[in-house]
Amino acid sequence: MWPIERLRRAEPTVAPPEAGAAVTVHRNGGWRPGARWARETASQLVPIREGAGTALVTSIRNGNRIEIAATCPRARAIGLTPGMALSMARAQVRGLDIRPADPEGDMAALHGLAIACARYISPIIAIEGADTLFLETTGVDHLFGGEAAMARRLARRLARFGYTAHIAIADTPGAAWALTRHGAVALCPPGAQAEALAPLPIEALRIEPAHAELLHRLGIDRIGQLAAIPRAPLVRRFGAGLAKRLLQALGDLPEPLDPVLPQAPIAVAQRFAEPIATPEAIAHWLGALVPQLAAALEAEGLGASRVELVAARIDGVPQRIRIGLARPSRDPAHLLRLLTRRIEHVEPGYGIDALTLHVRRAEPLGPEPFVERLDEEAAPDLAPLVDTLATRIGLDRMWRTRPVESDVPERAVARAPVLDPPARTSQRLKAGDVRQLDRNAPLPPWHPLWPKPARLLARPERVDHVMAELPDHAPRRFTWRGRAHRIVRADGPERIHGEWWKRDAERDSIRDYFRVEDEEGRRYWLFRRGDGERAVTGDLSWYLHGVFG
Amino acid sequence: MADPAVLKQLRETLNSLETGAFRRRPSLPFGIEGLDARLAHGGLRLDALHEVAGAGEDMADDCAATLFMAGIAARAWGPILWVVRRRDLFAPGLSQAGIDPKRLLYAEAQDDAELLAVMEEGLRHRGLGAVIGEVKRADMTATRRLQLAAEGGRTIALLQRRHARAGSDPLSPPSAAVTRWRIAPAPSAPLPVEGVGRARWRLDLVRQKGGDSFTIEVEACDETGRCALPADVADRTATAGRANRRAA
Repeated sequence: MWPIERLRRAEPTVAPPEAGAAVTVHRNGGWRPGARWARETASQLVPIREGAGTALVTSIRNGNRIEIAATCPRARAIGLTPGMALSMARAQVRGLDIRPADPEGDMAALHGLAIACARYISPIIAIEGADTLFLETTGVDHLFGGEAAMARRLARRLARFGYTAHIAIADTPGAAWALTRHGAVALCPPGAQAEALAPLPIEALRIEPAHAELLHRLGIDRIGQLAAIPRAPLVRRFGAGLAKRLLQALGDLPEPLDPVLPQAPIAVAQRFAEPIATPEAIAHWLGALVPQLAAALEAEGLGASRVELVAARIDGVPQRIRIGLARPSRDPAHLLRLLTRRIEHVEPGYGIDALTLHVRRAEPLGPEPFVERLDEEAAPDLAPLVDTLATRIGLDRMWRTRPVESDVPERAVARAPVLDPPARTSQRLKAGDVRQLDRNAPLPPWHPLWPKPARLLARPERVDHVMAELPDHAPRRFTWRGRAHRIVRADGPERIHGEWWKRDAERDSIRDYFRVEDEEGRRYWLFRRGDGERAVTGDLSWYLHGVFG
Repeated sequence: MADPAVLKQLRETLNSLETGAFRRRPSLPFGIEGLDARLAHGGLRLDALHEVAGAGEDMADDCAATLFMAGIAARAWGPILWVVRRRDLFAPGLSQAGIDPKRLLYAEAQDDAELLAVMEEGLRHRGLGAVIGEVKRADMTATRRLQLAAEGGRTIALLQRRHARAGSDPLSPPSAAVTRWRIAPAPSAPLPVEGVGRARWRLDLVRQKGGDSFTIEVEACDETGRCALPADVADRTATAGRANRRAA
């Protein structure tokens, strides 16, 4: 159910949750007095929207065989079960909706849910198996108005997100697990797990299938029967695992959890007895805070890429400074330089009584090699400069250029992010590749010998009074921006066809480019639309597109 | 006493008294004897501000100044920061003046004050080979700030002065730049066949610190950013390479 519901949730048009929530809570006298375990599992229930949509299953490859990994309730009602061969399911059901299974994604989403529950219910939470969460709820139920109310609220909230949950509250994790999967009791009274578990099948103890089968053959079907057997022969026959599971479920042995810890946000704060108001004071305390922040980042092995300074004003209007870093960093000097540069944006008002630095986004930052080769000089690190300029003019007004394979001049260049220029070095060739024999230097990005202008007009500008012989002679004179030019020398045409393989509108269009020089030595790049012979290629109008130096 | 070593030392002492620090200043020669010999440091000082302006208001003059700066930056070391006001630089054209697109960073400023501030940041970073800006108005204070930011580093600062008003000379206001150039396009090298030869410029060194002004006509940057003297101006026979290019 968990994978299916997660899949449904990920779809752009979210269908309403198709299964209701079942809440079971149970408890027992645990290994730790008063320990309470709530357990929540995505499980199967009657679909709410019967008949809507088609049956949904996920498929996974198991050795040679492709089989069903998970099924929706509708598919289960038809008779499809996990582990069934997919070809058989296809033969049985027409129009079956099959998606690839994604166990890692399911696990990651379950982890996210665990983090959310840890924030919402109780801080100690552990993941068990592929679809179960254990929550340590000791001492938190009164915050929700009792255990039953807490379970109901949790189930309601999960249902709102489209997840079906079975919830049980008991004194031990083992008992809670058993009750969600095999029992009808939601809330097990304290110390009563032995009675609650007694009628359940032995599979509810999380034991190995081989052991369960052997026990069935011996006539032991219920946990109550198993609990009545003396322990010593049981251990001799089945090993310690079975007895341990039984004792853990009954609360006679501890079952420690491996909790999922939500990552704590990194922040450092400084409060003041007397409010500060001057930029010098703010700068002084920033100088004290930023090294602390850097130390906190270093302890986590992270580099900050977004940092926010919140200055709490005494009138309750927080002042914020946000800085972004082009590359994650935890260099205190660099962070401090970026922050102090923006102190002027803080309006102290009647005074500031606390400064807090929050890391809003961080990325892992480990050690990096300085130079790959010992014999070449290290390239200067431009990240500090880019950060400094980005705080002044914004990162969107800084760029590099990247060559694009296109002969149309305005498409030959694209903007690229200012850091991390894409390495044009091709991927490493294999040992026996014949291309390794090629000793030529890599090709230049643009043709080095066809002259290109130094500046290109954003839109080609129409020129007037052009005198040129058809079909392919350069113009003799033209007028641009109100000034007449008499042409002494010219080169051309360089014919550029429209990119008909990309754009239908350019199927026939042609530009003939000419490089012309007037009598004063000024050099321009003109083009004529059309080849001068066929009207479909262009209307023979002349434009100025760029200027040479 | 005409010992050249002593004279050189005296000259350096005098030079350091003038500009504040006693050390040899790195410079970037053009590789043209007739040009380098007339420059005070045998080339363009790397740790200084240089101003370039087009001779006229036409865009061709502007582009000649652009390519002149591009050639200088291409021959400098390391990455280049070009602070622009408009997005009309054409990277293929700059790459034909020797600037590898991987070396060039662009930043766009909204006004002249912001442009000068961005240039100053770039100069103070010390990790750039060249910082180029194009500006209409920059007073003595602004250029002195740039010159001070450039001193002590290896980053050459190039400032293109645009024409602010019709008929005004962009190089007439005072400036702290070490050299001030005026570039005008000149008729290109004549070819025996029809076509446009290698572009030529008329370089006008309006002012330089510790030297005289002069005017010279050169051939425009080639694909490594180097200018050349025209064969007929250089008063010598054409080299084999140039003869081949003419024949081609």
